[in-house]
Amino acid sequence: MLALYLRDLSLSIRAGGGALTGIIFFLAVVVAVPFGVGPDLNLLSRIGPAILWIAALLACLLGLDRLFQADREDGSLDLLVLSADRHFLALTVLVKCLAHWTGSVLPLVIAAPLLGLFMNIAPVGIGAAMLTLAVGTPAITFIGAVGAAVAVALPRGGLLISVLVLPLTIPVLIFGVSASYGAVHDPDPFMQPFLILAALTLFLAVIGPVAAALALRHGAD
Amino acid sequence: MRLIADELGGERGGESVFSGIGFTLGVGEPLTVTGPNGSGKSTLLRVVAGFLPVAEGRIALEGGGEDYPTVASACHYLGHSNAMKTALTVVENLAFWRDFLGETDRDLPVSEALEQVGLGGIGHLPFAYLSTGQRRRAAIAKLLVAHRPLWLLDEPTAGLDKASEARFAGLMQAHCAAGGMIVAATHLPLGLEGARELRMGFKERTVIAGGIC
Repeated sequence: MLALYLRDLSLSIRAGGGALTGIIFFLAVVVAVPFGVGPDLNLLSRIGPAILWIAALLACLLGLDRLFQADREDGSLDLLVLSADRHFLALTVLVKCLAHWTGSVLPLVIAAPLLGLFMNIAPVGIGAAMLTLAVGTPAITFIGAVGAAVAVALPRGGLLISVLVLPLTIPVLIFGVSASYGAVHDPDPFMQPFLILAALTLFLAVIGPVAAALALRHGAD
Repeated sequence: MRLIADELGGERGGESVFSGIGFTLGVGEPLTVTGPNGSGKSTLLRVVAGFLPVAEGRIALEGGGEDYPTVASACHYLGHSNAMKTALTVVENLAFWRDFLGETDRDLPVSEALEQVGLGGIGHLPFAYLSTGQRRRAAIAKLLVAHRPLWLLDEPTAGLDKASEARFAGLMQAHCAAGGMIVAATHLPLGLEGARELRMGFKERTVIAGGIC
């Protein structure tokens, strides 16, 4: 299993892995916002965490279609499914999700504080946004894995995955943003939405891989 | 250990591709599956491996014990694609599959498996740099780095030159001699002595008034 994690991670880092695509997209969206809404620093700092979260959500969706499709194209997916008796297939999916998250999404979390400065977010707010992103984005990957598994046989499945997955990620977005706000705006709570966000991630870490494994098993042809 | 197919039928997209296939494969026995394009050779292999549901009849592995309770757990599947990552080197690819698939002490080390398929000197190259035949040989080396008693091979010699074909025939003989089983779908003679042949043909369809029954 560790071998699978390391292989997927090194594939995402090497040429053609697409790990950079997500970061550049994230950067582009966040940098474009101040030009769009104007240089009102108060407004920017108010909407900043939400912009970071929306940009991260979209950047997460960007690379999801390759999660299983790359393996399917070169035949590896068959062998991963075939060894389901040795390695529980849902666990294989979980490991692939974690490798995908580490390779493609963790860089976004690390880049978030820098982009938070562009949005004039207070230091506490930047810390909160980074923390909520780190806790919440795995949930998006786990939901996305289900979409990626369902659409694995489709040649241009990327858009379909985004359409399938986006509505399901809305709760993650809501609690992620409200926790980020809660850290900065005093009467709003931070802990409650943050804990719900963590619970969502843990819940989806179980449901997502199991559902994706089912879809993969029955989607083979 | 015996692989038994009994009145086996397979379908693709709801349409029957073959039916009534029956064979029994014992330890050390190779079986070649021949037939014209579209006769269902690849579908048969995928049904045996469990990728496609069994439409009718049954396929079972008897006497596999705790190590190999199902056909899927006992088999290597070598399909049309090589299941290797072009961005990784040959050694990295094989080392991954050895880690992921292997568990018994009968697994060959990666370097030795590469020697066996004649790719000894080029393990450090990215898989993308290899020619079609070399890629196929690297995929064949994958069969050696993790031990499985049953090899399901789909056109295994596609792209191989004469010398590699002969070498691969030797590897298959050695596998059978060591108590393995082989089901190979092929158009080309594989050079397997004593291999039984399963001929597949087009399923007869009756056409009545333009509709297919």
